[in-house]
This record gives sequence, structure tokens and C-alpha cells, in this order.
Amino acid sequence: MNTLNAMALPLSISLSAVSGLGVLFALLGQPVISGGWFNALLVLAVAAVLALRLPTPWRSGLLALLALTLTLMLRANNEDKIAFYLLLAVLIASFLLPNLTRLVRIALGASILLIAIPLAGLSNSFLFELGIQIGIFAALALGLNLVVGQAGLLDLGFAAFFAVGAYTWGIFGSPQAAQFIGGFPAQGLEGNFLYLFMALAIITAAITGVLIGLPALRLRGDYLALVTLGLGEVVRILANNLDKPLNITNGPQGITPVNRPDVGILADFLRAIGAERIYGRPIDDAIAYAFFFYLLVLVVIGIVLLTNLRLANSRFGRAWVAIREDEIAAKAMGIPLLATKLLAFATGAAFSGIMGAVFAAKQTFVSPESFTLQASIAILAFVILGGMGSIGGAVVGAAAVTVLNLGILKDFSDLLNTWRQTGVSILGYNMSNLPPQLNPAKYERMVFGLILILMMIYRPEGLIPEKRHRVELQEAREEAKEGSRI
Amino acid sequence: MKRFATIALGVLALGVASAQPNVIKIASVSPLSGPQSGLGTAIAQGAQIAIEDAQARFQQLGFQLQFAPQDDQATPDVGVAVARRIVNDADLLGIVGHLNSGVAIAASEIYKDTNLVMVSPANTNPRVTDRGLLNVNRICGRDDIQGPVGAEYAVRVLRRSRLFVVHDKTPYGQGLAEAFAARARELGANVVALVGTEEASNFQPLILQMRALRPDLVYYGGIYDKGGVLVKQMRERGITATFMGGDGLDASDLVKIAGSASKGVLFTTTAGPISTLPRAAAFAQRYKAKFGRDAEAYAVYAFDAANVILTAIEASIRANNGRKPTREQVARAVREVRMDGLTGRIEFDSKGDRKLSDYYIISLREARYPGEVLRVIQFAPPAARQ
Amino acid sequence: MTVADLLSILPQTILEGLLLGFVYAMVALGYTMVYGVLGLINFAHSEVFMIGAVIGLEVFRFWGNPEAPVISNPFLLLLAAIMVAMTGSGIVAVLIERLAYRPLRRRGTKNILVPMITAIGVSFLLQDLTRIYAALRHNEFNMQYRTYDALNAVFMLPMQTTIQVKGIVLIAVSILMLIGLTYLVNRTKLGKAIRAVSQDMQTAALMGINADTIISRTFLIGGALGGVAGVLFGLLYTNVTPYSGVLPGLKAFIAAVLGGIGNIPGAMVGGLVLGQLETLSGTYLPFLTNGNFGTEYKDVFAFLTLVLLLLFRPQGLFGQNVSEKV
Repeated sequence: MNTLNAMALPLSISLSAVSGLGVLFALLGQPVISGGWFNALLVLAVAAVLALRLPTPWRSGLLALLALTLTLMLRANNEDKIAFYLLLAVLIASFLLPNLTRLVRIALGASILLIAIPLAGLSNSFLFELGIQIGIFAALALGLNLVVGQAGLLDLGFAAFFAVGAYTWGIFGSPQAAQFIGGFPAQGLEGNFLYLFMALAIITAAITGVLIGLPALRLRGDYLALVTLGLGEVVRILANNLDKPLNITNGPQGITPVNRPDVGILADFLRAIGAERIYGRPIDDAIAYAFFFYLLVLVVIGIVLLTNLRLANSRFGRAWVAIREDEIAAKAMGIPLLATKLLAFATGAAFSGIMGAVFAAKQTFVSPESFTLQASIAILAFVILGGMGSIGGAVVGAAAVTVLNLGILKDFSDLLNTWRQTGVSILGYNMSNLPPQLNPAKYERMVFGLILILMMIYRPEGLIPEKRHRVELQEAREEAKEGSRI
Repeated sequence: MKRFATIALGVLALGVASAQPNVIKIASVSPLSGPQSGLGTAIAQGAQIAIEDAQARFQQLGFQLQFAPQDDQATPDVGVAVARRIVNDADLLGIVGHLNSGVAIAASEIYKDTNLVMVSPANTNPRVTDRGLLNVNRICGRDDIQGPVGAEYAVRVLRRSRLFVVHDKTPYGQGLAEAFAARARELGANVVALVGTEEASNFQPLILQMRALRPDLVYYGGIYDKGGVLVKQMRERGITATFMGGDGLDASDLVKIAGSASKGVLFTTTAGPISTLPRAAAFAQRYKAKFGRDAEAYAVYAFDAANVILTAIEASIRANNGRKPTREQVARAVREVRMDGLTGRIEFDSKGDRKLSDYYIISLREARYPGEVLRVIQFAPPAARQ
Repeated sequence: MTVADLLSILPQTILEGLLLGFVYAMVALGYTMVYGVLGLINFAHSEVFMIGAVIGLEVFRFWGNPEAPVISNPFLLLLAAIMVAMTGSGIVAVLIERLAYRPLRRRGTKNILVPMITAIGVSFLLQDLTRIYAALRHNEFNMQYRTYDALNAVFMLPMQTTIQVKGIVLIAVSILMLIGLTYLVNRTKLGKAIRAVSQDMQTAALMGINADTIISRTFLIGGALGGVAGVLFGLLYTNVTPYSGVLPGLKAFIAAVLGGIGNIPGAMVGGLVLGQLETLSGTYLPFLTNGNFGTEYKDVFAFLTLVLLLLFRPQGLFGQNVSEKV
């Protein structure tokens, strides 16, 4: 390990430099190394810069170099998802690595979010989709993190608030509202009302949070989990059945098409900067909307993050932590338990409500199937993976699991499919005999389950632990050690 | 360091394929896992045979033809995610799918953006084509005909008057059940109940209601995985009313699930049994040889759907002087296709419905699949009749 | 539709509710016992129940294969299925405790969320493992119990009520199990130890009781009961899927809370009450609301019952009021 530390700087520099040069050659039309090997090199370079101990200026410089390299790489080959994942890793690292200056963080973050990813997304809109999904899930994870991580209240029905937000816009921004409100515009409110309804979704979700919280939050932690699970399921059942006596949600059929805001200006902007050259086709609605929702999610997640950070350091944030650590002590210190818990519930719900409205517009359809227990557990898995109570952790957890589920597992499925069709043998097993039920794309439940179990057993503080939590767990470990010695 | 090396190796093993100029891909999107995988797998396999047949022809045109089966898990969310993933594959020129109308309606909104053509072997909900999308077509019939056809048979031919209508709370099941109930009421029958349930195991509350309401026919709008269990429990509890359903029951797994209770089950379908399709015999043999199980109706429909897309692609390659056509060209060419498929003459109207489709009424008289055809009725879709 | 019609199915409805209630009662016991000793909602118990149903199904499938049956008498076959499922589910439950919960206990974490989240993870993992098993073994998702005429034969009871042989078997087996458990907990040394650990684990340890062994045995007993319930559930409703444990498990837990969590007779009564509630609401709701609110609201009823109960009588129907220890 010592030799590795000594080698850290030269190793990182050389790996980054070689990959940078490689991209330059590839762009000039003379690829030196073939695709797969080059990706491996990039992975090594990014891992080296992120994981090894480097002096601050060098790390900043190398991160910037890698970000540039990866952006160019994505320009050269827009199907290269690995470069995209690495770009995300660099982005997240630039916020989380300890020894970077604020200026470097902001510059790196802004250039990746506003230049690199849009460039990549314009040539391959799936990357936008991935970015949007990560943003949506990150907001949900932040909301649940506030409830579970910061206030210590286990909510197993969190998808309900997402549903409320989605239906708030889904019903009024589509032909649905005209079904039960006489005189309502037949096609629903036009798309630009979305911005108003994002605000309304915050309110409706927060109210739902209070309504669910009022009975649930009087209970102890374990009952709370069960009751929220039940009430979350009640919200889904209601969405699935309120097509009679009055057709409010259109039941299992779901609501479609949900209107989207006007993106004419954005499309004009894309045309003006000559984005057709990157897109490869004239700018159409598909790409304009992908870009629009990417930006919208970015703005919303920014607001959510800012609110969350401010709250965490406020009187309320400290009250939540106090309740999490010891409810009775907190009560003794004069913290109003129910009101403080309700505030956590309502705020968390509001975060997911606003994203729900965005989700409805982005998907252009809303159906109860998006808000099952599995969705609630998925959000919990994001929080646990990242680290309960850790704001950065919630975002990392959401990003990692989303990339795994939407990207890597699906890619792996496609690879297996190719093998199955071409009849490749691996270790003497003919791949064409592989049952389709074993499709890795379907392993979400197992992934969530394993994340929850393994993290709880081996690293309960999560990938990016909250500071306070880390200390506490270390103490607990030491106590346990001492205990066993006795 | 070890962890670092493992990650690097893992990523390396995944590899990344880049777009090749001469590849054309066709995808099937249907549930390959989960409770409805029986029907979904039949769709993927039927399409696979059509594509393997055409590979040599495309080789001569200078294209490598590939097949990419996808799993939508019968849920709209997954379907949309899959759709967004695959529309980015520039080599992909056509979709055979989906199985569930709810999934198809949501996913086709994504395909629409790039005019990626979808030919459905199974989506019978009227809304699938009624939205008038250029890229959406179907080989099968429509629920607003299938449901009423069932109702006419139940009321006029079987002379049933007390009807208990159940659906599985999916867009497909609910749409079908409501179309059935509406027509039955018009014909003067008494629809004693119209209920939906998500339940998969315990149907006792419904069966108790049947005891009170004493229907002489139970109509089930939904898929065999729950319908089979319902009829089995009904018969065990002594409910003898005729059990009837739509094409969601048209699967050999129905007999596997319901066992002897499937005896006498009636269903309407838009995909006739292979025995009634003279040209399908050879297909059925090859299917059995390749996959080791009997071809089901939807395999034949998927085979036809894939062939429609392939015919359209070939036509547009020729129109394009041997170069790869755009998705829009293929979508337009599909509407021009005139061919004889295994399921009869295939021509689409301006909405993507077949100009004429057959509707079959089938009885599982001996609790064996496929059943016995009681009646075949030919119908044109509503738009083409006007 | 007359009131007479509605009343005419009431006895049958109550009977169906009773059958369902016995299944819930047996599953609820598993929850309540584990909660008693560990204070943990063992979310994975619903999967122990489901795995019991799958094991029983496999016994029927292999030993009862009509072409070459190992056991041809359906009653003996059912007995074999119950025994194997008891053993299998019991072992699965013990393994879950060993592999997932014990390491947490060893570490001595004070946060109650940690074991609960682990339990949810185990539950999801087991669902998918069963799904993969079913796919590899039979390439299917819905698994069907074999039906036997001898088990399906119908008896007429008074008031137009009918019951099948398997219904009688279900009631008989459940009552036997419940009596057996009551005896075990109240009259045997093991039962005494379990009660001691429930009351105070550390004091029990000081009295020379090996808490880990007792916890393991508690999981074994709860798991075995869950396994029996699984087989009876499968026999009754014939269809089992990898996800079919989730909702019954949840409702069984509600039943346990209803009876006062940690209270063994309470769980039995709670299960029976919940079975009635669900069947009655599922059957009569559409009639009472003129078809506007149908059978699909029966689960809403179960959940709302839980909420109301916890608000007004959080200790359950039979539980004692425990104040939080400081």
C-alpha cells in the first residue's frame, strides 16, 4: 500500500494523460487503441484520480482533464455509456472529495452539468433520460432521507407522495379533469400551467404528508413503518379504483396524454447554437423535450438540495436529529415531538411531490403501477446505500442504483441476449439454453434486497456517511468490542 | 487496490459495442418474465422465427439482420423505460409488441417521437390505434368488437340473461369487460355485477357474491394467469355458470392452471387456433422443433407482425436504392404492405387496424388447448366501416 | 337483490372468513413470537410462509406425480407436504436469523431501524430467489397445487353452507397447531425459556438461558407454523407465486398487532378477526355501496383497521399497556 501511495501522483498523471491523448487521436480519426481497451484505461484513470491520495491542485487539474477527456470521448462515440457513467462519477466526486476548493467544485460541476452532459445527451438522448431519472430519484431519495435519515422515522410508503404530486398535474394537465369537472377545458390545462402545478404539488403532497403523518407519527418507530406501508398502499389502491363512482384518476387505465410545457424557445435556442450538427437531425420535439426536462429536473434538484441543506443546519434540522437520537431526551428538552416530526414528513413529501408533477409531464402518462411498494423500497435502498442522514449520500445512492438498474443490468441483458442467439458457450454451457426468466434486467428486487442487507450488516453508515452518524457507529463498535472482551 | 482492479475488469468484460453501418435490428417487446411470460415468450419466439427466415434475404441486400427481444414485464413503467432505451439504437427499425395494451399505449408515445414503427400482435384495446399515430399498427382485432362479439354470442346464442362481469383492473381487462357489459345490456341481458379485482389467489369474496346473485354466465376480462385460478375456485365451490372471456384466456397455460375446471371455458379471440390457419401448419412444426413446445396463437401473430415489418423494410430499401431506410420511411411502408400472412390477408387502414379481421369463438370442450372453434366472424374496424 | 339473498350467503361468508382467518392466525404467530423475543418486525416472515407453500407444492408435485406416485393416498401426501414444509420453512427462518439478524445483534447497534431494514431486504431477496428457482425448475411463475377429488369433496352443512374436505382439514390442522403451540409455550421448559427471553433477554441470560439458542428455536417454531400455513393456503386457493406471501404476510402482521403484539392467544384471535373482516368487507361492500366501492377496497379496510386500532388502542385487543423504558 505504501508503494501505491508513493506512486499515486505519477500513476494518476500518466493514466489521465494517456487517455487524454487517446481521445485526441480518436477524434482525429486515428484510433490508437480499440474501444473496449480504451474504456478500461479510462476506468483505471478515473479510479486512480478519485481513490488515490493526491495533492489538491493536482487532483483538481486531473479531474478537469478527465472531464474534458470523457466529454470528447462521448462526442467521438455517443453509444459509449461507460464514458457517461465515468463522467457522472467525476461529477459526484467533484462535490464529495474532501480536498477541493469551492471554486473548483462549482466550475467542474457547472461545466459537466451544463456543457458535457447536454453535449452527450444531444447525440444520444438516452443519456438525457438517464440524467432525468437520476435527478427524479435523487429528489425522492433526498425527501426520504430527510424523514428516515435525519429524523429517524422509517416511512415505507414514500411513493405515495410521489403519486400525489404526479396525479396533481396528471389530472388537470390532461383530458382527465374534464371527465368530472363540468366546463373544464377538454384537453386539460395547457402545458405551461405545469410550473404553477409544481407549486401546487408541493402543497398537495405536503398536506398528504400531514394527513398520513397525523395518525402514523403518534406511533413508535416500528409501528410507524407498518402504518406508512399500509397507508402508502391505500393511496395506490385509491388511485387504482377512483374511476367510479366519479372518474377522478381513470383507474388502472392511467392518464394519458399529460400536457407538457411549450419548448419553442428552447428549440429555437438549440437551432441557433447549431445543435443540429450534434443531434444529426433537424431539432425536433423529442430532443427539445429531453433537453427541457433535463434542465427542469436540474433546477428542481438544485432547489431541493438548497432547501435541504438550509433545513439541516437550522433549528428544525437539529431538532430532527435530536429526535432520531433519543426521542424521550428530545421531548425533555422541550422539542414538540409531533409538530417537529410532521414538519419532517411534510417537507420530505413536498420534495417528492414537486418531482411527481415533473415526472407526470415527462412521462406524459400517469398510472398507479409506478407507485407500488417496490418503488417505496427502491427509494429506501437509495438512501441506505448512500448513507442515512447524508445529503450527498442520498444523491450518490440514487445515481448508483439508477445507473445499475437502467443502464448496466439492461446492457448485460442485451449482451446475454446476443449470446443466447448466437449460441455462444461459456465454460461449456451453451448460452442458448439460458431461460429468459433469468434475464438480469428483472433483478431489481434482488438488487434492492441485497443492497439493504449488505449495507446494514457491513456498512450501516452508507457509502458516504453523515458525519455525526460515523462517529456514533464507531463508538458503538468499540463498545461492542469491549463488551466481548469482558 | 484489489477492489479497484475487480471493478476495472468487470467493466472491461461488459465491453461496448459501437454502431455498425450495415446492421438492421428488429426488437420484440413483451413480458419475458413474470406471470404473463407464457404469452410474452410466444411473441418473442414467433418473431424470432420470422427474422431468422429473412436473414439470408437481407444478407443478399447487404444487411445483417439482428433480433433483439426485450422484456417489458407487463408494466407500463418498464415498457416506457425499455422504449426510451431502444429508440436510441439507430439500427433498430421496427418493434413487434407489446402484449399488454396499457404498456403499448404508454410506450408508443415514445416510439412516436422518432416514428419507430410498431406492429402489435396482441394489443386489442381500441385506444392503441384510435390515437391515429403513424407508427402504430396491429395484426389482432379490437376489444370494442371482441367484447360485443362475445356479448352477442352469450346473449343471443347461449341465451344467458344474468351476467356477472369481472375484470383484472388492467387497461386491457377493464376495456374488454366494459365493452362486453355495454353490448350485453343493449341486448337486454341483466348485468348483475361489473367488478374489478387485483387479487391473484383468494377469489372467495367474488365467488360469494356469485352465490348471492346466481349468474348464469361469468365473463372475465383479463389474462389467463388470474382467470384460470378464478374458474378453478368457482368450480370447486360449486358455481356452475358458464365461464367466458377474451383473448387473454387464449393460452395453453390456462389449461395448466385451471386443470379440469377449464372444461367448457369459452373465449373470444382474434388469433385463431393454428389448426384453422391452413398455412400455419409448417410454421407450427418448425416452432415445435426449435423451441420444444407447441406454437400458440400469439406466436403466429408475432410471426406475421415481424413479416409485415420485414416486408416494409425490404420495400423501403429498394425504394432507397439499396441504402438503409429511415424509420419514417419504414413506418409509411408498413401502411402500404399488402401480403398474405399465416392469419390471412394483411392490409392496414389509415389508423393501423387491419381492414378485415377474424374473430373466433372458441370452446375448451375437452379441457385441452387449443379448443374447438364454434364460430368465426369477420369484422372491419369502426373507422374503415364509416 | 333482496336482503334475504344477502343474508343467505352470510353463513358461507363467515365460514370462508374462518378458513382465511386460520391461515392468518398461524402466520401471525410467527410475527408475534419473533417480535416477542427480539422486538423486531420480521418482514421476511411473509416469505417464509410463501416458501412453505412452494415446498408443499413440490412435495405434491414429486411424490404425488400421478404417473408414478410415491404416496398415492392424498391425505398421506398432504401430511407429508405439511411435515416437509414445516421443516423447510423452519430451517429457512433459522437461517435468516443466523445470517442476517444475528450479526446485527452481535454488533449491538441501538438503532431499531437497522434490523427492520435488513428484514425488508431479506424479504425482497427471498422473493427473487424463489422467482429464479421457479423459473429454472419449471420455467413458470404461477405454481399450481394439484387437486384431488378426495380433498375437494363437498359436505353440505345447514343453512345452505358447504365445506370441502380440505376446509375441514385446514381447520383441524390449525386447531391442532394452535393447541400444540399453546402447550409448548406454557407447559414446557423451552416455552418457559422463550417467555423469559421475551420479558428480559439480559436477565434471562444471567439465569443461565442461552438467548441465541432460544431465539433460534423461536424462529424455528414460528417458521414451521408459517410453513404449515403456506401449505394450507396453497391447498385452499391453489395458486402460489413468488410474490404471493407479501399481502397475506402484511395482513397477518396486522392481525398480530390487532391481538396485541407479542401476545400468543391475541395473535390467534387477531387472525380470525381479520379473516372475517376481509371476507365480509370484500363480499358485502359492492352490495352496500351499490357497486361504487367494490371488492378491491378490502385491503384498504384491513389497513384502516390497523390505523384506527393503533390510534385508539395501540396495545391491541389483548395486549398490556407497556410504557417506554427509559
